[in-house]
Formats: sequence, C-alpha cells, structure tokens
Amino acid sequence: MTTTPLLRVKGLTKTFRMYHLDSMLHAFEDISFDLYQGEFLLLRGQNGAGKSTLLRTIWRSYLPVAGQVLYTSSHGEIDLANAADVDIALLRREEIGFVTQFLNARPRVAAQDIVAEPLRLAGATQAEALDQARHWLDQFGVRPELWRAYPSTFSGGEQQKVNLARALILPQKLLLLDEPTASLDVGARAALVRRLADLKSQGVAIIGVFHHPGDVAELIDREINLNTRVIADQSAEEDHVAV
Amino acid sequence: MSLDLGLPALERAAPRLMRTEPLLNMRDISKSYGNVRALRDVDAAVYPGEVMGIVGESGSGKSTLLRMMNLEDTPDSGNYTLRLPGRENENLFDLTRYERRMLCARNIGIVYQNPHLGLLMKHSSSGNVAERLLIAGERSFEVLRDKAREALDASEFPLDRMDARPIELSGGMQQRVQLAKAIALEPALLLLDEPTTGLDVSVQALVLDTLKRLQRDRKITMVLVSHDLGVIRTMADRVMVMRHGEVVEQGLADQVFQDPQHPYTQQLVHAKL
Repeated sequence: MTTTPLLRVKGLTKTFRMYHLDSMLHAFEDISFDLYQGEFLLLRGQNGAGKSTLLRTIWRSYLPVAGQVLYTSSHGEIDLANAADVDIALLRREEIGFVTQFLNARPRVAAQDIVAEPLRLAGATQAEALDQARHWLDQFGVRPELWRAYPSTFSGGEQQKVNLARALILPQKLLLLDEPTASLDVGARAALVRRLADLKSQGVAIIGVFHHPGDVAELIDREINLNTRVIADQSAEEDHVAV
Repeated sequence: MSLDLGLPALERAAPRLMRTEPLLNMRDISKSYGNVRALRDVDAAVYPGEVMGIVGESGSGKSTLLRMMNLEDTPDSGNYTLRLPGRENENLFDLTRYERRMLCARNIGIVYQNPHLGLLMKHSSSGNVAERLLIAGERSFEVLRDKAREALDASEFPLDRMDARPIELSGGMQQRVQLAKAIALEPALLLLDEPTTGLDVSVQALVLDTLKRLQRDRKITMVLVSHDLGVIRTMADRVMVMRHGEVVEQGLADQVFQDPQHPYTQQLVHAKL
C-alpha cells in the first residue's frame, strides 16, 4: 500500500435535473472517502440509496454537480468529476474498468474475441490474447464448444461469464463492480472471487456493489453505508439505471 | 417563479491527459442560407481513432456540418483544420476549389444516406471504387482492380458481384460499395451521413457491424450523423447533440444517453424508449 491514495473523493454530490417534470432528484450528497491501491471498498445501502449511481458517477456515465474525484493516473493526477470527455475515454481504455451485469454483445463477434479484445488493444499478439481469453473463459466455466460462438444468443448466466472474463482479463488500477455476481452459478462465482483476490493482491483497487456481500466477504477492507449518509430516494436508481 | 432544478453539472475542463491533438478541429462555424441560420458558432474536435456521433432532428444542421467537414460547402465564418502531414495549421476553407477536391479525395471518405449521391449507378461496382483511385492519380489497371477488390472485400461486399452495377444491387449492398469507395484510399477521416437509414433492420445491423469491424481493425476516425439514437449508441464514443444549428450538448455516448443535461436531449432520449 502506498501513502498517496489512488482515489480521493471529496464532497461528491449528484442530483438529476428532470426538465419534463420540472424537478430534481437527489441521488447522494457530500460523499467523501479515500481509496488506496489494493483496497476493496464495499458500498452498502438499500435499493435506491445511490450505490450504483455513485459507481456510475465515478465512471462518469453520470455527471456530478459538486465535489471532486481526484484520481492518481499513470499520466498524473486528474479530477474525474470534471475531466474532459477524451481524458475519461483514455482512462477507461487504459486503467479504469467497470463491470455491470450486462454484456454488450455485438453481432458476429465470437465469445473468445470479445474477451481477447482488451488485450489486443493493449498490444498483445492475436495468439497471446486468444490464449488468455480461452484460459479465462475456461476459469469462469464457459464450455469450450461455446468459445467460438456468438454470445448474443447465450443465456444470461453464460453472457455474464463472458462479460466478466472480458472485464477482468487485463489488470487495471481501479475496478468498479456493479453487482457482478447477479445471475452467476456457484462455480463462476468462486472463479470471480478468486480472480478479484488475485487482482487485489496485484494492487488493483476495487469499489463494489453486491447483492450478496457475503460472496466477497474475505476481500472487503472497508464499507461505506449510503443509507446513513443520504436521504434515500427510492426512484433515483430505478429511473436512471435502466436507461 | 421557476422551480428549483438544483445545481447544474460541473463544467468540464480542457483535456489534460490526452497527449494527441484532435485530427479534426472546427471553430466558430456559422452559416446562413438566406434568412435561415443553418449553423451558429459550432465547434467540433475529433481525436484520432474516435467515432464522433452527431444527433439531432431534420434541420438541426447536422448534415450541413458534415458537408462542411467534407469540404463540399464553406461557411460564412469559421476555421477548419485537419492534422494531415504538412497541413496542420491550414484553414481548409481557404483552399481553392481544386485543392479542396484533391485533399478530400486523398484524405476524406464519405458515405451518404442516398447512394445516388455517392455512386455512379450504371457503372460497375468495382469501377465506382476504382474511380476514387483514378482521381488520386493511380493509372495501372492491375493496381486499380486489386485495390478495388481489397476495399470491397474489407467492406464485406461479395466479390463475385464486383462487376454488378449499383442499380442492380440491394440497398445494403449499395452502401457497401459506397463504403468501399470511401475507404479505398485509406482516408484519415470517414464521414457517414445516415449510412443505414432506410435499410431493413437486419441489413442495418450487418452494415453497422461492418463499420465497427473496420473501425476496430483500421482505427479510422469517423464522424457519424444520424437521427437514430440506437445507431449512435452502438457506434459512437462521443456524441454531439444539435438543434437549430447549434450544439446544445456534447459528452461521452453513455453519459449523453444515461444522464442527458439539456432539456432537448432529455426529450430525445425519453422519446427513444
């Protein structure tokens, strides 16, 4: 663990303006925390407490209205709360990962190619990347006969395995996890926990939302409970997460 | 009295980590046709390898802007640079018509919604692609045919039909010929004006997939204009939203769709679902 935090969140606040209703919606207010390399932070809170919204605000699918998200990138420190879009895009390619429960399947791209792509983009040879991709598909329990098939037709659980293999193939500096264990079978869940432990020991910092935090109990270093920090607005997440 | 809508989103800073300069840079583009303000103070920056989506309804100025990028039209005021070797600081709108045409043929490819705009419908498909290469100075019949074949193949056009005339082809195939023509010279910039509008949904998906594949394999910088948010969402890294000739909002594609800031964008996104 180094002395400078990887991430320093200060006074982060998110509200949504909804012009068609002439109203606003508080998601969370004045969130502050530090996160160090190799740390695993669990976000707790009931539905609508703003857990996913906080992850998405750090990832910058949502634009915050106040606060700072100071991130120590390998290119220097930057405030993710107001960084230029192209800088965010760069960090998403190189060092910040986001795992949801939804696979972005593309027509006519084989499972193994979807998984290998981050390695290819990072400069690995096709052979290396495919080798790694098959290893991780195997680890997550995707049967070999599916590796060359197109995942658009896979079941939810199988798609999620492909999704995880892709998201976790390349160690990043910061990993955001939004309920990654939803719809996973026991074997895949165990593989996920092993991989996360592995990444954590390599220094990857992780912020996660889990429906069953027990799945990752041994990895958790710290928790933030969003219930006690904000007045939950039930509709906040439901309205926006699904868009 | 207006209702409390809370704080606006934080103002975004200038790029700090991104070391490369934009390939395409437009500043303060304004254009009127008679009394109609088609574009008003539009800025656009597109970085190498990016796909920039432009959305907006008919008359928003999105296609006019694309035609300016293709140097088919010049604005009343404004500056346009492309980071091409030796031309970095040149306002392309200052070039002569001939210079613009040559620069375009060598460096910019375009696919129109209407294939009649991009193709000679009664010449062979391979001939249409080769024409691009001829303009750029290629004279060897062998090279022309090979390069045309390669471009058609990359556009996933069935090669056994390369001598068919576009007029005999389906809409999806016509778009592939346009695409082959557009990429034959490996342009720095590929412009797409509603490239899949009017195609059947299944054909549209295949053409989009070809575009994605090309983008992934060749890292071509693309600007994609569409009124179809689904198309933009599938393709674009960043999005500009235009209305009445102005850019009302821009951002990362996922942000514009999930957390739209401008009332007009919210209306667009909500109308989609």
